Amino acid sequence: MKRSAAAVLAAALLSVPLVLPGYKTSLATEMLIFAALAMSIDILAGYAGRTSLGHGALFGVAAYVVLYHVTVAGGDPWVAALLGIAAATVVATIFAVLAIRASGVYFLLITLALGMIVWGICQRWTSVTGGENGLRGAVRPAAVAGPAAFYYFVLAATALMAFGMWRFVHSPFGLTLRGIRASESRMRSLGYDVSLHLFVGFVVSGFFAGAAGVLYAFFNSFASPATVALAQSVEGLLMVIVGGVGTLVGGLVGSVAIITLQNFVSYHTERWSLVLGLVFIVTMIFAPEGLVGRARILLARHAARVREP
Amino acid sequence: MRRRAFLKTAGTGLLALSSRVRRALAAGEPIRIGLLSPLTGVIAAGGRELVDGFNLYWDQVGRKAGGREIEVVVEDDASNPNTALQKARRLVEQRNVHMLVGDILANTGLAVAEYVKGNGVPYFIPVIAADDLTQRKRIPNVIRIAGYSASQSTRPLADYALKHGVRKVITVSQDYTFGHEQCGGFCQIFTEGGGAVLQQIWHPLNTPDFSPYLPQIQSLNPDAVFAMETGADGSRFIQQWANFGLKDKIRLFTSMNATDQSIIRTLGPEAEGVLSAGHFCEGRDDAANKKFVADYEKAFGKLPSIYAFSHYSGAMWLAQAFEAIGGKVEDRPRFLEAVRKIKLSASPLGREVSLDKYGNPVYDIYIRKVARRADGKLWNVPVEVYQGVSQFWKYDPEQYMKQPPYSREFQGIKKA
Amino acid sequence: MSMLAFNALNGVTFAALLFVVASGFTLIFGLMRIVNLAHGALYLTGGYIGLTVATRTGSFFVGAAAAAAAIAVVGFLTDTCLLRFVKGHDLRQVLLALGVALVLNDLALIVWGGDTFTVPVPPALQGPLQIGALAYPKYRLFVLAVSVLIFIGLWLVLHRTRLGALIRAGVDDLEMVDAMGVDIKRVFIYTFMFGSALAGLGGTLGGAFLSLYPSADVEILVFSLAVVIIGGRGSLVGAAAGSLLVGMLATFGQVWFPELAYFVIFGPMAILLAFRPLGLFGRAA
Repeated sequence: MKRSAAAVLAAALLSVPLVLPGYKTSLATEMLIFAALAMSIDILAGYAGRTSLGHGALFGVAAYVVLYHVTVAGGDPWVAALLGIAAATVVATIFAVLAIRASGVYFLLITLALGMIVWGICQRWTSVTGGENGLRGAVRPAAVAGPAAFYYFVLAATALMAFGMWRFVHSPFGLTLRGIRASESRMRSLGYDVSLHLFVGFVVSGFFAGAAGVLYAFFNSFASPATVALAQSVEGLLMVIVGGVGTLVGGLVGSVAIITLQNFVSYHTERWSLVLGLVFIVTMIFAPEGLVGRARILLARHAARVREP
Repeated sequence: MRRRAFLKTAGTGLLALSSRVRRALAAGEPIRIGLLSPLTGVIAAGGRELVDGFNLYWDQVGRKAGGREIEVVVEDDASNPNTALQKARRLVEQRNVHMLVGDILANTGLAVAEYVKGNGVPYFIPVIAADDLTQRKRIPNVIRIAGYSASQSTRPLADYALKHGVRKVITVSQDYTFGHEQCGGFCQIFTEGGGAVLQQIWHPLNTPDFSPYLPQIQSLNPDAVFAMETGADGSRFIQQWANFGLKDKIRLFTSMNATDQSIIRTLGPEAEGVLSAGHFCEGRDDAANKKFVADYEKAFGKLPSIYAFSHYSGAMWLAQAFEAIGGKVEDRPRFLEAVRKIKLSASPLGREVSLDKYGNPVYDIYIRKVARRADGKLWNVPVEVYQGVSQFWKYDPEQYMKQPPYSREFQGIKKA
Repeated sequence: MSMLAFNALNGVTFAALLFVVASGFTLIFGLMRIVNLAHGALYLTGGYIGLTVATRTGSFFVGAAAAAAAIAVVGFLTDTCLLRFVKGHDLRQVLLALGVALVLNDLALIVWGGDTFTVPVPPALQGPLQIGALAYPKYRLFVLAVSVLIFIGLWLVLHRTRLGALIRAGVDDLEMVDAMGVDIKRVFIYTFMFGSALAGLGGTLGGAFLSLYPSADVEILVFSLAVVIIGGRGSLVGAAAGSLLVGMLATFGQVWFPELAYFVIFGPMAILLAFRPLGLFGRAA
């Protein structure tokens, strides 16, 4: 069942530039990039039980570093990519050190505060970040410049990242994280170093968020304080939630759902904020386990019923 | 790589052009204008007026020009450059617009300008005032129709201040490019004319409280204060200035944005008497201006702000360009050429307006004062006019562009 | 010297407004463990309502009262119609509140538009008061007076009434209070309504000197978060101390370190969250 679903998904993803050329391809590219961000958030939220409102900042830091290295320092885009990921990982380390002892709502608040500090820096450090105007210029590597080529590049990169994240959360380390999510005190009493595990989990999550940010920089050729703002973290988190926390693939589902919705809504009205707010409210009340989570429950129920007679 | 691709596209484009144009005209395909505007976010009020002003003109001429229907596709840029870029892409790549118009905040305009640099789509900016878009960093397909550059109107204001006994000034400004440029224009003329800038106060956008700066200002005892504020900051500054009792002690000059209708229409006596300089003056006694103001007031129940005015005039400008080329906007080089050559008359802008060599209009700049109309509403009336002011003031353009662009560090201040 | 006094007064009067808003926030957070991210939107909507009522009736006080009442109703509806579905799930509550904030903000934009508005102040409170060499706006002193009255009022309610005792007990140990058979649901609803009313009142008060515009809700929310984190959850004295600290930091930070405008608030907030998440006066849950 799972194998054929995966094959269908792969076929669909591979055929996008042929079936949906032009603008729709770039839309699909965007969906993949944000899916990667959402999945990175899910590592912490879904598997370690720590919901972060600061991942937009990690995403954006990587984007800024790529833009800076190519447009200001005149460097090579691929080197910039490595620097961007490194920068995001470093910032994630700093965030982790400060946030690790907190949990639940306090973790949310501290990542929010840290994200806002990053935003403040990007906003005010004009000589480096361009301040309000941000940094802009062509940064996409020449080899993947065209829309179809870039789509396949992003598809490959995202698939690689998704695989990496999947392996991470299914590794013994990942299982420990899930244990921590289930009951921290139990894990502690079993002798696990909870803080260290969470720390590593955060840094790994930040690494992937940074990788997504690099892809975004290549896609957008522009970074501004809006890229690191709270709204970015909120949107990423919403994608995880709508897709399904703790499912990893929920990140992709959520990203496709939200971006499609956004495209549809803004075609007709500028009331996107209102719709976004309603999505939050409705999801929290009726489907907090997300689309994938709900699907899994329904499938399980169906399977149970089939087994019954 | 880019250039080759561009030439290739341009070549094939030209070949296909004539048949496409013929087909388009034959099929009666409308001219699609992509209008980007901040309908939500911090400058939402201005964004609404931008769209209203633009559409008002097209409604008045029956949504037709150059023999074709006009279709305006509106997208919200949310006062945010990332969103502006995303929407610009959507308008060009999905909605197939022939041109982009609009945006208010400089950072949104710069983001979109960078995007159209790569694909040659015409982008018209009646409000984006970033100096360099028509100076050192000009882009051939970005044209400032009915627009202005930030430092253009503050220079006459400085000259006016000097002529009226102001020798010592303090500037208070939002700390971003638009503020730097407006202040720079003011300070350069002011100091070159013998005045002294005692201090420059820069504050972040959306400063709720100006009270920390006011005692500082008072203690330095300037003849006047030049406040470069937009949006809510402008409203708060004018009010707090009066609340702290400074209104009658120190003369207040502001950017035209701070005394724009979008701000003064919700203010009271604290705004009366404030001086600013701009190419738009809603209280001006001129036929075309009065008609526009009356039409706008009738349609929307309020006096027009600069956002409405600029886009109304911009629409007029475009209409004339469409007429000049028989509606063939697909022929981009010809279209852009026509836009550049327009001499706009009988518009609310007043005198016949045309672009200088660098793509920025030359205007009569009015020194305006906020006064009460007969019905009690506040508006700006002219007290003096500076004729034919370009973005370079009286400087030689090439010489002027040798000096660095205005920034926090460079304000054109002439050392005494 | 007088400039220092002047700015200190600026800091204190700004803190006064922050206290009115943050006190509501801390009550809700303290008792119900809900981080009400819609608090800023309640402030803004309250301000707009106060503006409309004050302009129509010609009375600032009627406007303020109407704002408080209307937002109390909004709070009641939010709690009984929306939040009850996610009771007990901390994060879901937070995100639901965020959704409410987005909806309220956009609705306000639809109804009042994006122009910057100022709540009209009664003539008696307009203009400056001469204090020696200093001319200081009367209205800001009025806000200070109001916040002191609110502090006293809240203190009396919390320490001299049964409801207040229940709230304080609930902040300290919710399970115990519930186990004692108290109708904790009613206490929750009253608290949420009361906290919301304070936000609405704050909106009218703030709307008169800080003005109302589409992003004012996020700004005040951020300040309220900082106040409550620094001061400590559920503590009235904490809210007062936090407001004073944040108000002073914001004011003096603006004058002395304009480059670090955001740091000055978020820095202490992040540090406190990292090393003393309970804040200065908070108690463990």
